[in-house]
Amino acid sequence: MSLLSNTSALLGKELRTEFRSRELLTTTVVFILMVIVLFSFTFDPTSSESRRFGPGLLWLAFLFAASLMLQPCFLREQANDTLSALRLSVDDPFAIFLGKLIANTCFLLLTELLLLPIFAVLYNVPILPVLGWLVLVLFLGSLGVSIAGTALSAVSAQARMRELLLPLLLLPLLTPVLVASTQVTAALLDSAPYVEWKGIGFLAVFDLVFLTALWLFGEYLLEE
Amino acid sequence: MNPPRMIGAGLHFENIDKRYGSLFALRHVTLEIAAGECVVLAGRNGSGKTTLLRIAAGLARPSSGSLAFLSAKGATADGRIKTGFVAHATMVYDELTAEENLLLFARLQGIPDAQNRVQSLLADVDLADRRDSLVRTFSRGMRQRVALARALLREPSILLLDEPATGLDPDGTAWLARTLRRLRGSGCTMLMSLHGESEISAMATRAVRLDTGKVVADTASGASLKSILTFADA
Repeated sequence: MSLLSNTSALLGKELRTEFRSRELLTTTVVFILMVIVLFSFTFDPTSSESRRFGPGLLWLAFLFAASLMLQPCFLREQANDTLSALRLSVDDPFAIFLGKLIANTCFLLLTELLLLPIFAVLYNVPILPVLGWLVLVLFLGSLGVSIAGTALSAVSAQARMRELLLPLLLLPLLTPVLVASTQVTAALLDSAPYVEWKGIGFLAVFDLVFLTALWLFGEYLLEE
Repeated sequence: MNPPRMIGAGLHFENIDKRYGSLFALRHVTLEIAAGECVVLAGRNGSGKTTLLRIAAGLARPSSGSLAFLSAKGATADGRIKTGFVAHATMVYDELTAEENLLLFARLQGIPDAQNRVQSLLADVDLADRRDSLVRTFSRGMRQRVALARALLREPSILLLDEPATGLDPDGTAWLARTLRRLRGSGCTMLMSLHGESEISAMATRAVRLDTGKVVADTASGASLKSILTFADA
């Protein structure tokens, strides 16, 4: 019970501070929007090219944006040493990670859902018939990105060259998520859409494995 | 401030070492602090005061040695003694109001009747009329009041303070001294790091000086309080 109540209190804090400042959401939306628009200007893709390259471009943009979004996750806890206050207050440090990763998943998902219609219009791909499946893959992919990113953000926040370290650690680790998410999205945006179950299964397993690892070893990431 | 219902507790550091790589922050520190004592840790920057306080708070683990909490009756009661920690940093969120900060930490600590406890603490630290203001709009003194209120949420038996008067003006220091004196009166054990003599150091029952991670002087071993605080014999 204390894990759930602590997580909900921390999630409330994350949402309140973000919706008060809107720093992360604004930066991420603008970044992804720029990438999508610039690529559409550069290539002026046809519908078939969009189906081929669009999903990879979309997930690459999400991934780079996530590495920007996740950077301050633990970094801003250092300004007033609030991470120490959290560590002293919670029974289970996993609650700190859980609160942050749920918030990060929400922010990422919200950003993706805002930009998906713009992607559909600019790249001329119909998303409405497969919207439910797209939301599922966006959720599983974003959850994987958030779990790994939140853990690595805790590591990089304590290191020197922290601004560089997170993307350097995160991007290689998330390559399997990128590949699986791209494959599932490409299958959904195909002229004859189908569900790539192998990719969905892989994303679910990735999320589960990394969440378990974080539950088991997360405490050590917060130690001085 | 209403006197909180606190029961003093003691601390026993046994042969504590703390290393960061090859650097020793603490070396063979053995120190017993009895319930109800008010102990000042003195020493130059980098002498190990903050590290010792962070170990006592449970934020850092000693590389070797052990820490035991002693209940008022002297029995070991590891993990069941409530501690409060006021660090050099405020340990509160600038983007939340004073009330939101305290409610957050009260909920995390599972304080029963959190709302009432928070309102009472806000009144105690003279911030009731600023409860809805964001902490980032506060002066250093007001932030320190929020920090102290956060540390007092669970009515700690041991209060750990790391240079609590840093950045405070004379009025702020006087307020802090008055508040700590009231807490002392309730039986709360205090361990605090300070620089030099002040209104706050005047309430100390004992002083210990650290130098390069070692205890080099202790009033319990006959050194004078003044000499430890002013480095007179350093």
